[in-house]
Amino acid sequence: MHPFEYAAPETLDDALSLLREHGDEAKVLSGGQSLIPILHYRLARPRVVIDINALPLGDIAVRDGRIGIGALVRYHRLEESAELARHCPVLAEAARLIGNVRVRTLGTLGGSLAHADPAAELPAVMTALDARLGVASASGRRTVAARDFFTGPLTTVLAADEIVTGVEVPAMSAHGWAVEELSRRAGDFAIVAVVALIGLDRRGHVDDARVAFGGVGDRPVHAGAAEDALRGREPTAEVLARAAQAARDTLAPPTDAFVSGAYRRHVAGVLCRRALTRAVERARR
Amino acid sequence: MIARLVLNGRPREVDVRPNQTLLELLRDTLGIFDVKEGCDEGVCGVCTVLLDGRPASSCLVLAAGLRGRAVLTLRGLERDGGLHPLQEAFIRHGAVQCGFCTPGMLLTTLAFLEREPHPDREAIRAALEGNLCRCTGYTKIVDAVEAYVRAHD
Repeated sequence: MHPFEYAAPETLDDALSLLREHGDEAKVLSGGQSLIPILHYRLARPRVVIDINALPLGDIAVRDGRIGIGALVRYHRLEESAELARHCPVLAEAARLIGNVRVRTLGTLGGSLAHADPAAELPAVMTALDARLGVASASGRRTVAARDFFTGPLTTVLAADEIVTGVEVPAMSAHGWAVEELSRRAGDFAIVAVVALIGLDRRGHVDDARVAFGGVGDRPVHAGAAEDALRGREPTAEVLARAAQAARDTLAPPTDAFVSGAYRRHVAGVLCRRALTRAVERARR
Repeated sequence: MIARLVLNGRPREVDVRPNQTLLELLRDTLGIFDVKEGCDEGVCGVCTVLLDGRPASSCLVLAAGLRGRAVLTLRGLERDGGLHPLQEAFIRHGAVQCGFCTPGMLLTTLAFLEREPHPDREAIRAALEGNLCRCTGYTKIVDAVEAYVRAHD
């Protein structure tokens, strides 16, 4: 790693004024599971690294049907939290698919969102859940919808002096859920990931559907077409297959060194049908 | 700057560079060579240490940010100067060839068994999927862990 200055502020205000002072020349260090490799490869050469791990942003709080999750909540807590298992179990299923066990020890929710890898799990989950992200700078706070937050590969609406402080997601205890993904090797980023949440009414018809993809574009993709094809319908195998197809047909995934866009698109359709099927089964229980 | 940690049970304060990783602190500054250096990007698992009991890639941790956390390396497993029973099981089952992945395999296994003491073979394989071995084909490593689990049931 190239040499840099290191600061470890203990309050959010101190962190934000450091960030205001150094702006583009600073990098925020959270769990470090993406930033440190980037520094090893010298893909970024910040003059200052601002380590935010001492900030009090590690809380999980359920209130009035909403769940607040601090930016420093680590993946293993998303996996293991009894509170989240009760109120938003899709988070644990997604977190289990992230990287390897060492990444899950240190990696953080806020870090994953701010890093914005288009194939990462949590950005897709937050897009499906229609989460609200808390964002702070020295000039104030704002809230950004997850569906507006990601603007491209590793790119978000965050200004150079802003950090993500946490997210708010709806409690989803009655919904069925599923995360499906295909990756080349265990622990790799997904070729395609699908997140599905299904709520059923008393007759067993879909009254809420939330679907998003990772890996199929330059940012997480909200699958509105699948949701529209499900809402109000009885979720028969045929309806689910049609919804998955509708979602697939809106995608134009990229080709990379390993996988063609056409293959990715095909896999997206297959995984979407599987995720919807599993989510509906769980919603019926 | 000063890094504070509890290394294998012993509190330490060590002078480090801001850009020094925990792996570099352990190997280059403290001469603890049971932690290996592999990919330097958190994928291979040979630099695994236990941070407050959980596996972490020491190549992806800044030493300056340790804030007094407990770091366990392989030598912290020694009991009265002897090998840990899991190490014995690895030897008995031929789970070691070149040995480069072994410290990470052992530490990852012990952290896993701490949370899940009675895993089946499939769960053991899943628990070790983040630790790469290029010699054994994994079969004997999983055999060794399985035997250790059975012996300690």
